Amino acid sequence: MKKRTFVGGIHPPGNKVATVNKKIVAAEPPNNVFIPLIQHIGAPCHALVGVGDTVRVGQKIGDASAFVSAPVHASISGTVRSIVDIPGFGKCVEIENDGKNTLDPSIVHNPNPDSLTLDQLRQAVRNAGIVGMGGAAFPAHVKFNPLKDKPIEFLILNGSECEPYLTADHRVMLEYPDRILAGMKYIMKMLNCSKGYIGIEDNKMDAVEVMVELLLGTEEIQVVPLKAKYPQGSEKHLIYTCTGRVVPSGGLPMDVGVVVSNVSTAVAVADAVEKGMPLIERVVTVSGNGVKRPANYRVKIGTLISSLVEQSGGYNGRVGKIISGGPMMGRTLYSDKVPITKGTSGVLFLPNKEIANELPHSCVRCAKCVDACPMFLEPTTLYKNSDKEKWDTVERNNVLDCIECGSCSYVCPAKIPLTQYIRQAKEIVRSRQKSQAAKEAAAAKG
Amino acid sequence: METRIGRLVVSSSPHIKSSVTIETAMRDVLIALTPALIMAVYFFRFSALAVIVTCVTTAMVSEAVCQKVRGRPVTVKDGSAAITGLLLAFCLPPTIPVWIAAVGSASAIVLAKQFFGGLGHNVFNPALVGRAIILASWPAAATTFVLPLDGVTSATPLEIMKGAVQGSVPAAWSEAVAQLPSLGDMFIGNIGGSLGETSVLALLLGGIYLLYKGHIDWRIPGMFIGSVFLLTAAYGALTGKGIILYSLYHVFGGGLMLGAIFMATDWVTSPITKQGRILFGLGCGIFTVIIRLYGGYPEGVCYSILLMNCCTPLIDRLVKPRVYGRRKNA
Repeated sequence: MKKRTFVGGIHPPGNKVATVNKKIVAAEPPNNVFIPLIQHIGAPCHALVGVGDTVRVGQKIGDASAFVSAPVHASISGTVRSIVDIPGFGKCVEIENDGKNTLDPSIVHNPNPDSLTLDQLRQAVRNAGIVGMGGAAFPAHVKFNPLKDKPIEFLILNGSECEPYLTADHRVMLEYPDRILAGMKYIMKMLNCSKGYIGIEDNKMDAVEVMVELLLGTEEIQVVPLKAKYPQGSEKHLIYTCTGRVVPSGGLPMDVGVVVSNVSTAVAVADAVEKGMPLIERVVTVSGNGVKRPANYRVKIGTLISSLVEQSGGYNGRVGKIISGGPMMGRTLYSDKVPITKGTSGVLFLPNKEIANELPHSCVRCAKCVDACPMFLEPTTLYKNSDKEKWDTVERNNVLDCIECGSCSYVCPAKIPLTQYIRQAKEIVRSRQKSQAAKEAAAAKG
Repeated sequence: METRIGRLVVSSSPHIKSSVTIETAMRDVLIALTPALIMAVYFFRFSALAVIVTCVTTAMVSEAVCQKVRGRPVTVKDGSAAITGLLLAFCLPPTIPVWIAAVGSASAIVLAKQFFGGLGHNVFNPALVGRAIILASWPAAATTFVLPLDGVTSATPLEIMKGAVQGSVPAAWSEAVAQLPSLGDMFIGNIGGSLGETSVLALLLGGIYLLYKGHIDWRIPGMFIGSVFLLTAAYGALTGKGIILYSLYHVFGGGLMLGAIFMATDWVTSPITKQGRILFGLGCGIFTVIIRLYGGYPEGVCYSILLMNCCTPLIDRLVKPRVYGRRKNA
């Protein structure tokens, strides 16, 4: 099979060895969970339960009326102990585990899932609280509801998992390939599209083989082996690599007739449609040299990270950084007493000594950032103009097209935090655009 | 089970960085220059070594003194000053008095680098500025070349060809050809010339290493050498001097390999975009050929690169890569 790729990008060390051959194991049932009422892009949920209420597994405990939102569910059965604010995670419903794992009566198998109409399918996805599980956590029922004037031709399942360390999607592809395909078919039905791709990086050829074997004789779904290169999993680059189409600046995949979804999301869709099971657990890679026994866990949403550390044998020396997600785009956590959410694909523990702490040198114009940028921007130019607060120039140099993949910062020999400068500049340019628009609107009125 | 945890660092992603630093990159350049260094010392013996040691030491000392005076951290150990010194030595004749080499090396660092603000801020390649200053100040010393090993004064291949072109001694092209060393000797470096520029083989080895390490873009040396080859081939064809052979002498002769692989590719003074580097390499090649064929000097690599250094900010301003998802002229 021909392996495809894109222009730009970087080759960071994979660091996946620690967990790649470890089967997904169910994490021990947590004593209590903290389920955030917002785990997605969009409107936060309001709590449907109060302190002292008894809840069951799969019971909806938070919902919102807004279209772009996703309900949240109890991942264990027990008693609501509090509704607390965890900084960075918003309001969270704390449930104490009664250890009984009582299933909510609303969860029933669907004996005939193929008979569901498109709207029923979308309703099932919405009710299950499914969001994109690759990290962005965009509500799935919104994505799977194509606009009339933007028909979808291709569904691309993202199995590239280009972030170092992470192996959750890889393990899901090896262990639940049939569930992925089942979910994929429902998604394709909702999208009314007839062609699907599964993009998998070539450092996971075992997963490619498993999928190819399962798809023998199928025309409409095709496995696309991709060269392992970061950020191959970026939506825009996956679409380009699989279909050759380029998402226009400021546009969405649907503008070129494509929807991209994570492989784990497809499994969640299959569970929701066939078993009526909401998204209450997910596969999480726990890795990094700061933890004794790296592993791939199936984790109840809301489980505290500290509980996973205990199961992994505790910390290994002094941990300097805890990262939610991958090392390239993940965000650092300020504590291990924070919950796993629907979008947490991994938790990494980096020991103190692995934390780069070099003082930046001035730019030597090596242009490694320019060569690495998969969006063909000039990170060094953006950085220099941001540093001088020349926001017009920054905007003219297309700062808003940056996908914040971090490739520029990674390659910079002068160790300039380019991505950080650009991220800040994007915020400033956006707010300037907003206030400019407001001014113009006011002027038009006056 | 204790889950004690120390202070956590909260920071903006990415959380990992490549192991390449300015120091390691400069070290790679020094490694890449080593084959040429060995050939220089082999062919030109002690005189080459003396010039090299003088230039490198002077460059490093000048850098340290300048940074001390400017109240800046001393960064001599990053290796950039050593590279400037070494490259300058490579484009000087082995017989040049060491004090001249020292003056050139000091001016390269002080005038061309530190006055502009140090590494990353200079407009011109410091080593080439040093060479240009020496060439302008002590033209005789800077252009007296000797043959390898025996040290007899001799004309370089480019000087021989230039003489034939301009109708001086030797008068006829055929006579010039008879005087030219074999292409094999030129490839190995067994010819008269600046001490580090003669061995095409050694320089190519270094270039391959830098390409492999990803520190230089093939576009600059590719366009530079390619355009010199094509333009001189065309000239050779039009003037009846032969095509391939004539242009190969131009490609192997003088400082083209050294300049194209190690000087024009200087990070600080070359464009940052791929398209810009193509223009840059092309410009270097065109200027080199113009100077070699129509100028007063037999060699034009140094000035052509300096000329293109001037154009780098302009090229960077005008040549922008088309951003992903944006249309042309958008």
